[in-house]
Amino acid sequence: MNAAPASQAAGTLAGRRVFDTESGIVGRGAREGAKLFRDWFAELSQLAERGEGAAYCFVMGNMNEVLRTFDMPVVFPEINSLQTAVRRVSEEYLREAEDYGYSPDICGYVKVDFATQLLGGKHPMARIPKPMLAVTTNACNTYFKWVEIWERMHGTIVSVIDVPAERANHTRSPRGSEEYKNELAYIVGQVKDLIATCERLTGKKFDIDKFRMHLKYANEMSLAWRDILKLNERTPAAFNVLTDGLVYLGMSNGFRATETGAKFFKDLLEEMTFRSQNGIGPLMKVDGKDVEADQRFRLGFIGVPCYPIFRGFNEFFTDWGGTFVTSAYLTFASGGTGMGFEYDLNNPIESLAEGTLETVRDTIANLIFETPEIETRLAQYNLDGIVYHSVKSCRTISSGLADRRHHAAERLGISTLFLESDVVDPRSVAKAQMKNRADAFFEGMIARKQKKQTAPAIVGAAQ
Amino acid sequence: MKNGTAVPMPSPAEWASRPLQEIFLRARELVEDPTYPTVKAWRAKGGKVIGHFQVYFPEELAHAGGLLPVKIRGAQTEGLESNPHFGSYLCSILKSSLDVALTKDIELDLFVSLPICDGARNLAGIWGRNFSYKCQLLHLPQNPNTTAALPYLRSEYARILKDIEATAGRKVTDADLARSIGLYNQARALMRDLYRIRREEPWKIAPDESLALVGLAGILPVEDFIALMHAVLPLIAARPARKQDKMRVVFEGGFCEVPPFDLLQAVARSCYVVDDDLYIGLRWLLSDVPVTGDPVENLARAYLSDSSYSPVQHDHDKPKEKMLLKRIKESQAVAAILAAAKMCEPGLDEQVAYAKELEAHKIPYFISEFEENQNSFDDIAIQMETFLENIMFN
Repeated sequence: MNAAPASQAAGTLAGRRVFDTESGIVGRGAREGAKLFRDWFAELSQLAERGEGAAYCFVMGNMNEVLRTFDMPVVFPEINSLQTAVRRVSEEYLREAEDYGYSPDICGYVKVDFATQLLGGKHPMARIPKPMLAVTTNACNTYFKWVEIWERMHGTIVSVIDVPAERANHTRSPRGSEEYKNELAYIVGQVKDLIATCERLTGKKFDIDKFRMHLKYANEMSLAWRDILKLNERTPAAFNVLTDGLVYLGMSNGFRATETGAKFFKDLLEEMTFRSQNGIGPLMKVDGKDVEADQRFRLGFIGVPCYPIFRGFNEFFTDWGGTFVTSAYLTFASGGTGMGFEYDLNNPIESLAEGTLETVRDTIANLIFETPEIETRLAQYNLDGIVYHSVKSCRTISSGLADRRHHAAERLGISTLFLESDVVDPRSVAKAQMKNRADAFFEGMIARKQKKQTAPAIVGAAQ
Repeated sequence: MKNGTAVPMPSPAEWASRPLQEIFLRARELVEDPTYPTVKAWRAKGGKVIGHFQVYFPEELAHAGGLLPVKIRGAQTEGLESNPHFGSYLCSILKSSLDVALTKDIELDLFVSLPICDGARNLAGIWGRNFSYKCQLLHLPQNPNTTAALPYLRSEYARILKDIEATAGRKVTDADLARSIGLYNQARALMRDLYRIRREEPWKIAPDESLALVGLAGILPVEDFIALMHAVLPLIAARPARKQDKMRVVFEGGFCEVPPFDLLQAVARSCYVVDDDLYIGLRWLLSDVPVTGDPVENLARAYLSDSSYSPVQHDHDKPKEKMLLKRIKESQAVAAILAAAKMCEPGLDEQVAYAKELEAHKIPYFISEFEENQNSFDDIAIQMETFLENIMFN
């Protein structure tokens, strides 16, 4: 392991390096990301104050490449909803929606957003402007029910990009095949519909050169994101996908296809490469200082985070030296952009459609079939265990997790943990019970490691 | 209820010779039987089977290939086999459908799920991990409003037809398809006749009886279903039932998981259920599909342009709450039961939209939830009575 430059390491604490994350390269992504996010929300507030609307889109297949071309401000309702959980006010919103008539058994994200709309955009981060346009894909079926709420509530124009995904695991239509061409033609038609809708709504003519520029930014972001995710194959991992990774994920969505986003990811790749080369992994707060986290167990995460106890959930694992080095979430919740798909700027509309087909179907395959990096090629990340987190709010990812866990444990012979809670509803989070399970998971992994270590000695003794 | 395979299927002539009550009882037994005796009988003759999950599947494609298309629609099982494969927050039909497959109460050669909801979409993955035969999704377009939807859906039907041919071991011709479309046109027309009786003379057929008959369309060879309906519909029309002073009500919310028969019986004690969306997928196409021209394209066009509605299809041309109003108006109902299967996300979402729309039109409604293994119905009977009394006295 190379030593970090003296300017970065600010000393040690209990034998572990301490870093100053307020300046310099280590922690820059988290620092800058948080600032850009605050700025973004501030702009949304200004829009709402002026009574102007925004384009609402979802993280999976968000079509920002088109929306930015028409200078449309974008709102991600999923991000708004999760922020209420992180800021511990989601329950108020959930109850508001339930009082209106929504069932306790539906997606909490939808309910939080509904309540936000009902409250005139009131949100802990900003005042959220109303949706003048909503763009949805089928990456999540609940998206359709969600946009229908805005249609009824605000008369929002809805544009659908329906992407035929894999029909069965590993059956992706090959590029150039008849099936692929048919699927692509369907998406090209829908992208053109979206462009026409944007022209009508904004009164602006579609500027293909500007569109190319946004595609270029998106390309830069996707390639950097792919490389950043890959860096965690190394030991130690450069970042924790369940904490730092979520800041980067937010940036990959909120600033998709923008110059700011492209610069952020260029800088982030630089930071992560530096960290990886210098063996600087994720940091954790100890006595108010940013200290290198212990990385005794490399974990994969499948599911969505537990935002109501965001830090606490992660601590179930970091307390035992567990680090989440890869997750399905960073793949699917970035709409598959981590694949590093590059748009062909000479054929922009068709290429956007093709990129959408490739990335959204990759997303859906991750959601319903498998996450190859974790459930097939786990050696790539040198995983010690897999955590499956099923949540009440998201049937998209959760419906098949128990079965996936069952098969992965059998097939891979790896330690697995299955937890259930919620992504936004604190009423569905049983913290003590989850911690008990996490403790047992680590005890099992430790026993497994010890067994592995002692097994050859016993065999040797017998000989 | 688990009857096994011993009871033979009556022939169409036998159906017609039996009293109506007995026919309904037998139909209900067959529909409720989680061991799928009609499928076993088909397989015993060497036939192959395609299981398709709710809501709509173009059965004509399977029939043209000589396969028996069977609607996989849950069952009243204990779920012992399937429980370890699912988390807590899921509807019953997903679990019980997998259960009957894991227990080998039903054996398939091909399984198709539809991306109607996030749970059903995952079912293709779950099924695929647990069975060696081909399990897949049929991707019906969620954007039926774009002009690109028709050529896409045609190609998607052609794609699955290839899998059907591979399973059947033979090529399907346009003539095969035209014949199958003709038969399913007949079956749907007969179901429309059944619903016409329910709207015009609801005292002649109760909703649970109707459900038993329509449910057979999902598990019988279509030829048998047609013969049965030809035999039974005249008996229903001639039924010496007396009109009662009951309120006319629409039941909405059974588009996927259907409520238990006993629940419908309990509801029907105090009202006439003159229309519903139970097994709506079997009645999805609203008029005859042309049998000339490109049969696959005809089916695709009918799906997109001449079809019913449900909470799991997003279609600008069919706003669901307006479609419900239309259903209520056309059946001359005065109130609606807005039901949803427990944990059914699209159904529960839509319940709110329906309720607000009916409020705006001053149409009384009753909100309820159900599940397959529900076994107490007194509460809902009392609630319905109270609801209807309130309407009458107001």
